[in-house]
Formats: sequence, C-alpha cells, structure tokens
Amino acid sequence: MSYRVVCYINQFYGGKGGEEAADFKPALVKNPVGPGLELQKFFGDEAVIVGTIICGDGYYAEHIEKARAECLKMIQDLKPDMFVAGPAFNAGRYGVACGDICATVAESLGIPSVTGMFPENPGVELYRAQIFIVKTEGSARGMKEALSSMARLGLKLLKGTPLGPAREEGYIHRGIRKNFFKEKRGSLRAIDMLLQKIAGKTFETEYEMPVFKKIPPAPPIKDLKHATIALVTSGGIVPRGNPDRLRVSSSESYAKYDISGLDDLTPDKFESIHGGYDRMWANLNPDVVVPLDVMRELERGGEFGKLHPYLYTTTGTGTSVANAERFGREIGRELKEAGVDGVILTST
Amino acid sequence: MRLELHKVKVRDVRWGDVTKLEDGVLYVDKASAIKEVADEVFAKVDLKLARPGESIRIIPVKDCIEPRVKLSGGRDYFPGFVSPMQRAGSGATLVLDGAAVVTCGSIVAFQEGFIDMSGEGARYTPFSETNNVVLVVEPIEGLDKHKYEAALRIAGLKLATYLAKACMDSKADEVATFEKGTVAEESAKFPDLPKILYVCMSIAQGLLHDTYVYGTDVKSSFPFLLHPNEVLDGAVVSGNCVSACDKNTTYHHVNNPVVCDLYARHGKDVNFLGVVISPESTVLAGKERSASMSAALGVELGADGVVITEEGYGNPDTDLCLTAKYFEQAGIKTVVISDEASGTDGKSQSLADATPEMNAFVSTGNVNEMIVVPPMKEVIGDAGAIALLSGGSAESLREDGSMYVELQSIIGSTVEIGYGRIGCEWV
Amino acid sequence: MAQIATIVPIMLTVGANRIVPGVAIPHPVGNPEAGLEEDKKTRRKLVLRALKALQTEISEQTIFDSD
Repeated sequence: MSYRVVCYINQFYGGKGGEEAADFKPALVKNPVGPGLELQKFFGDEAVIVGTIICGDGYYAEHIEKARAECLKMIQDLKPDMFVAGPAFNAGRYGVACGDICATVAESLGIPSVTGMFPENPGVELYRAQIFIVKTEGSARGMKEALSSMARLGLKLLKGTPLGPAREEGYIHRGIRKNFFKEKRGSLRAIDMLLQKIAGKTFETEYEMPVFKKIPPAPPIKDLKHATIALVTSGGIVPRGNPDRLRVSSSESYAKYDISGLDDLTPDKFESIHGGYDRMWANLNPDVVVPLDVMRELERGGEFGKLHPYLYTTTGTGTSVANAERFGREIGRELKEAGVDGVILTST
Repeated sequence: MRLELHKVKVRDVRWGDVTKLEDGVLYVDKASAIKEVADEVFAKVDLKLARPGESIRIIPVKDCIEPRVKLSGGRDYFPGFVSPMQRAGSGATLVLDGAAVVTCGSIVAFQEGFIDMSGEGARYTPFSETNNVVLVVEPIEGLDKHKYEAALRIAGLKLATYLAKACMDSKADEVATFEKGTVAEESAKFPDLPKILYVCMSIAQGLLHDTYVYGTDVKSSFPFLLHPNEVLDGAVVSGNCVSACDKNTTYHHVNNPVVCDLYARHGKDVNFLGVVISPESTVLAGKERSASMSAALGVELGADGVVITEEGYGNPDTDLCLTAKYFEQAGIKTVVISDEASGTDGKSQSLADATPEMNAFVSTGNVNEMIVVPPMKEVIGDAGAIALLSGGSAESLREDGSMYVELQSIIGSTVEIGYGRIGCEWV
Repeated sequence: MAQIATIVPIMLTVGANRIVPGVAIPHPVGNPEAGLEEDKKTRRKLVLRALKALQTEISEQTIFDSD
C-alpha cells in the first residue's frame, strides 16, 4: 500500500510555455508531469504520484483566492496523503504560489506539504513557519538534488519518523527551537568553537543573534491634568492567595484587579507570586513593584486626571514572546476602549 | 598547586549499623547521620535513599552535593562552611564517586526542581545516575525563609562531609591529578599556547538566588580570580535554584566540566589561565561592573580567549551580553555557553537580550520544552509541589502520577557550564 | 506607555520606547533598603519621571534617567 501524492507545478515545468503562458488556468493531469517523473523515481514504490496540478504563476499571483480554491478542490478530490509543490528555486511568483498552496493544503487537509526554494526566494519568509521548504540551489541546475531531498523528507513525514535538526534534514527551518542530545558535552563544544575562532577558522554558532523589531512610539499625552493613567505590571503582584492562579513563570494568562478603593498596596491584601526574583521586598510592601501609594497621592494632588480602576498583572519570567505580545495587544485594546490615555508598566 | 582526587567508586547505597564503604557499597547509619545534621530550626529530619533505576521522584530539590573530605592539605571540606577558611585545591581529597547528597523539604521558593531516578525524566539529570542520600526536612513553624534556606544548605554540606569522612580509610579506585602553577609560571612554560580564561558567571540575587565562595555570598563581590584547583576542591557552594534546570549545583561546581576540559588540554593546545567568578547582580550598574571588571582581569592576564558560562536565564542574559561585548572589545575572543528560553512552542526569541559580538554560542537547550514524565512508585518529599515550581503548574501533576512539565523543572537539565550533551537546533 | 524596569538593555532590545531605569530587580519602583522615607521619595521621583516621559514627544527609543 503506497502513499498517494499530489504535485503542483507551474506552466513552464508543465510544458505549457514560458512567460506568455503565465496566465494558464489550473488544470489537472492524473499522472506525474515534468519534475514529477524524476520525483516518482525517488519515491520508489513507497509513494505514487496520482495527480499533478499545473497552474500559471501569473494566474495564481493575480487571482490568489480563486486559484487557491480551484487548486484545493482538485487536490482534495484525489485524496492525497501528501502534497508536493515546485521546486521553485529562486522564482519569486512561483515560490509564493508554492508556499501559498502548500500552506492551504496543510491547513485544510492536515497532510504533510513539502516544497523547495532557494533561501532568498520571497516565498521563504512568507511561508517557512507553516510548511516544509527544502533548501535548493538558485536554479534548475539543482533539480535532482532538490527532488531527492523533497522525496526523502516527504517519506519521513508520511511515516512519522522523528526528524533531526532542519539543517540535517535539508529544509529551511521553521523558526522553532528544539532540544537534541549531541555527541559531545557543552563544555567541549565550547572549547572547540573557541579555538577555531582564535585560529581565525570558520565555526558554526549554535544560536545566531536575533535582530529586534522596532515599534513606532505613541504620540505624547497633551493634557496630563485630565488624563487617565493605568498601572500594568509583569512583576506578578496579585491579591493574597492568587485567586486566579496566575503561574509563577511562563505565563499563559494575565488578570485584572479593582484597585479603585485602595490608596496603597499592603502585604495583608497583596503578594508577589513571580518565580524569578527574590520576593522579600515585594511581600513586605508591594508598592515597590506597583507604585499605587504614590500614584494615588499624585492623583489627589492633581498631577494627573484619574487612576484607572483596574491593575493588570502577569508574570514576566519565562513567558513566551507570543504570549507576551498577545497580552500586550489585548490589554492595550481594553485600556483604549476604557478611555485610558497612558500606561505605566513596571517590570522586575 | 597540585590536587589529587582519590575517587572511591560507589555503586550502591544501603542502610547499615555503621556509616562506611565496603566493596563499593556506601552504608549509612541513619541515626548517626541525622544526629550530624540536626538543627533546632528543623521540626523534622529524615533521610531516604534513591538509587539509579528506581521508581523514585525527589521533589522539591534545592541542591546536590558530592560527598568529599580532605585527606591532606586541609581538613573536612567546603572551607568557610564546614571547615574553617583554608585555601582549597592542594593535597588530596577523598571523593565518594557515584554518590550524592540531595537536599529536599518544603519549598523555599518557586524555582526548586525534581529528580526522577528512572523513566524519561532521568535522561535529563546527572542525579538519576548517582546513589543519592536524600535529606528531607521540615522547618519549624514560622521560620524565616532565609534562616530555613541557610540551615538546610549547611546541613547538606555537613552530611556530605560526614559521609566522606566516615569512609576516609577507603582505598581509591582512581586518582585524578590536577597540577598547574601560577599564571606567570605557566605562561613562561608555554609561551606559544593560546591563553584561555574561564569566566563562570554566578547568580547573586538574593533568597535562593545566591552563590557562595569560601563561605560568603558574592552579592557584593567584584569578579575575582581563582586557581582552577580551588573550584575543583570545594571553594564554591550553590545557594540557589535560579531555575532548577540551570542552577550550578554544589556537585556541578566541584565537577565543573569547563574547568576539567580546559585542564585536560592545559600544556597541550591551551594555556588555562584560571577561573573568574563573576557575580550576576540585580542592578544594571552591578552588571556593568561585573562585565567590565571581568574583561579587565582578562586583559591583565593576557588572555587570548575566554569561555563565559551563564547561570540562569532572563535578566542574567544582559550580564552575558555585556561580558561578551567587553571581552570582544578588548580583543579577547569569546565563546559563551547558555541555555535558551524559547517558549513552550520553541518559537520565542531565545534570550532576553542580544549583542552582535556574541557570535560564538553553545546552547544547552530550551528550558521551556514540554516533556511528559511517567508516574513514580515512590515520591520523596511532596508530589504536589510541582504546582508551585517554575515549569510546572496546577495542571502538571496528573491523576496517575505522571507529570506534563517544562524541562526547566528538572534539576541540572540545561546546566550552562556544559555538563551534559543536550543542545538546541532549529527545526 | 512608559516602562519602569532595571535592565535597560533588555527594554531596549524588546522595543520599549519610553524607558525609565528602575532601582533593582526585586524593587524597581522603590528603595526599601534605605528606609521608608527614602523608599517613598525614590518611588515618587520615578513615577514623576514616567509621567513626564508620557508627555514627551519622541521619535525613537528614549531613556528618561533625569528630572
């Protein structure tokens, strides 16, 4: 019983013509076509290509939703176990089309979707997180190697064979870090790497430094005397007993608490549950993490208009960037809807 | 300085009438051992045994200590704690190789961890392979947390020393020798070998976030130089669980792999200058100070390269970046060893901070990766403690006793001195 | 938004725009070790700095470390 595979290729590899045929509408051939013939050889008798969709790069790019839907229907009807698109090498529109249709198939049909691109193909940045993009050369000179890698990876995905690191499996990584046991212990790897570096030889770092995104600053508050200010903290300050069971690290949630009747955060009513710092000071006087006492004094003194009645709180340590971004967006939206003009965020 | 580690192999641990070592078995006289560590601040003191392969979970764990005692060149062990101040690193030391004291008891703080002696969790900690004497205590009601932590820390050190001392006459199965002169002497001997310094960043941030050298915590200390023998001979003690996964236990300190691996190559392809302990402060000025002064030490010693290891994740990532930056700016080539906090989905940025100079990075794994550990027949300590530990939650402990937790809750799983073979890759 | 925290390099790398350096990790908006009066004084100073930051026009990440 071999696996059923459906392929997607563009008008050129489908033998319909070059740029003049870029508007070729999606068509199904119930056989391997073009690169599919060689791909089938790499599959051996473990998988069978039961159909090939041929679609013009221009058509897909200019009618993306329509093309997607038309192709998906044809693919679906063939009941495939796996989907293979391209390889697109460095062709931009082709790469985007392959990426898009692979991502669509992966999501809608829940089957492994594999394509191949040169790392600089624009399709890579758009789709790498969602699908498996095998790393290829910049042109069809690398066709044989690309197909071989795509077949090998595809069969592993079909069989559920545990995968090694992306660089060993031959695909462009999807932005996910995963633990593996190595041959040598960390200290040896470090000393070897250092000696290479000192000798001016090439070495491979195990983690490249990230480049951080910038956020455009919000406009300043024009009239502080009438502004509403809210307090938010990642220092894990919660009512005693942690009623909403906020996690001590790696937060999955945040909470909000009514501080409108309070002039001060006191240890009989509040505590810190953050696992990443010495909580002694916070538990003696929570104001050292969330400055409610001073805010209330300044509010009474007319320094600013009003203190927002709710304190938003979560635990920063170990919290994933994805969750932190979600909290920020949600809290920000709620505060904006409540007419808050500015936020003081305290972190430990 | 010349240090001999006389290693006596321990392949089993059992209760006995007298504490002694016989044919590779460590016998522990429970009553006598408990008497050794009793303290008025402990309402209860108990000892348990946990051997490799047994279906035992120890939770919550604060520290692990290798039983050792001086045979010559000093007395007892852990100068500044059990023995009075004496420079560590010379003479001979008896090591019960294959044994460990594990301190356990009600939780002090949230970053303590667990050890499974078998199953999936055992793969990630070195203490599933040691014969463990577990000290389980309960503090008296209302005991100040700092007093409790200190008392249990001392008790663990005392117990480890007591066990080794009782076996002092045992014949060593292996003697490992560590011999190295001063920086000046070795640089004259090996003028052409690259001079390598090791900067061991150590957490110095308060309750259960401290590191001790010669009996004192290093919170207000400047970075300072130790001869590697001092590190290998009990000068450094752990007072922290800065997350269970990447705390350098006291056991790890005396077995520091960066020290051991550099030492093994000393005189061959490196000139190992020594170890700088660099405290990780809670204030930015402190971090700047530690990084700047560590780099200055590197310059004064003529270092060509430096290995920098972090302890912890989060705010110490800034110490790591600053230290790497200053060394590189001083012309000293740098490699760092650190773990990553890439989220349970592996998609988050791994470090809280970054700097372009940190281009040689060895990773000891993503602390947030989720694992399932099977139920254990016996739990030493408190099974429910996982709800309070970093990496765990109220939902971690399942009804059948298995746990779905982050790797960070396992003691020693991502230790950043590179003790284990764990690493991290892009997938 | 103005953020008060101790590790300025981290705030810079994660993209905070209005940054007020805090006192220490376990107590960013206070100095309890110096006694209640000093503690409150420090807290007031930092909060006022944060409020001033909220009113300041900026075009890039800015550290507010003086009054």
